[in-house]
Amino acid sequence: MMAAIILVVSLVTLMMFFVSYCRSLMASSASHALSEEVRDVTGIRSPASGRDFTKVMQLLQLCPERPADRVGLRAVQIYYSFLGAAQSTISRMAPAFRSWSENERASCAYFVAVVLDKRISLSREMLAQQSES
Amino acid sequence: MPGSVELFIWYLGTAFELAFVVCSIARKSFFTYFFLNLYMLLTVLVDVARWLVCRQFGFDSDQYMGCYYYTDALLTVLLYVLLVSLFARVFGELRFAKHMRLAAVVLLLGTAAFSYAVIAQSESRLYTGSVFAYELSQNLYFVGIVLTYLLWAAVLKLRETRTRLVQIVLSLGVYFSLNAATYALCNVAPQYGGVIHAAGAIGCLLPLAWCITIMRYSEDSRLAPAQLVAVPR
Repeated sequence: MMAAIILVVSLVTLMMFFVSYCRSLMASSASHALSEEVRDVTGIRSPASGRDFTKVMQLLQLCPERPADRVGLRAVQIYYSFLGAAQSTISRMAPAFRSWSENERASCAYFVAVVLDKRISLSREMLAQQSES
Repeated sequence: MPGSVELFIWYLGTAFELAFVVCSIARKSFFTYFFLNLYMLLTVLVDVARWLVCRQFGFDSDQYMGCYYYTDALLTVLLYVLLVSLFARVFGELRFAKHMRLAAVVLLLGTAAFSYAVIAQSESRLYTGSVFAYELSQNLYFVGIVLTYLLWAAVLKLRETRTRLVQIVLSLGVYFSLNAATYALCNVAPQYGGVIHAAGAIGCLLPLAWCITIMRYSEDSRLAPAQLVAVPR
């Protein structure tokens, strides 16, 4: 009985801490203004939409990786998938959840767009350095 | 010896633990987060000790199981101390650190007594040291969740804005929750006992998350924790 209570409570707190942790990762990118170029390439207009996520992820594959982004990006990908799964199940019972999760998915899309922006800047710098040398 | 995947996870976890200490030193934060670093260094030592016992007696031996659960209980107690140190940081400006330490010791002893009482009820499990260590770990992980939750509530209430501290608390919450859920699942459904081996993979997450925090953010980084709660307050 005690173990069952611990299991349920741990799963609830796990979800709460995980959501807050992912939001803390994404919070730093919220203040970053996307370059016009990234907006054109991704088609993201203000505000971003959750549907942009997959497209931006595909574009990310084309740019050289920044090791600093890798883990944060993975966590946000998991969070996005979790939101997708939750949206398709919980939304039927609680319609208000849909708009909340859609906002969250949009934040995920904006986060990966910021990562793309940084990767493009990095590629530019690398090209500039190569052409100088 | 464990399989190649388990060994890989084991080495990876140890590498992350060492990486955290190196990152802390590189970012001149070793003494700022002394208990976190101490915990990671001791975790590395425990990994080495477990590896030696495993090599000598085998992965499925009673000696290894005993060593695993005793060292796990020891690390959980250390994690508890670490959590108390985080409380001290958050409540640093308020003057009840002394009472907080006393409450922490009472809670730790109470959890140990409760764990003993639980295994003493079952005659077949009585006086098995490693069972006590297992029970103590499970209960301390649960107490850890409750304390991390209280700490998170305090962070929100006191409008704590230090990004590093916020992320360290949240990753600790994820770690405690995952571990407590794993232990509880093993107790509720013993047929899923193999889940306990996931503890190795879970163990990689904490040093990794802390490495990111230390490397990505400076001590001066700030964020608004009120934005992080799922339901706006």
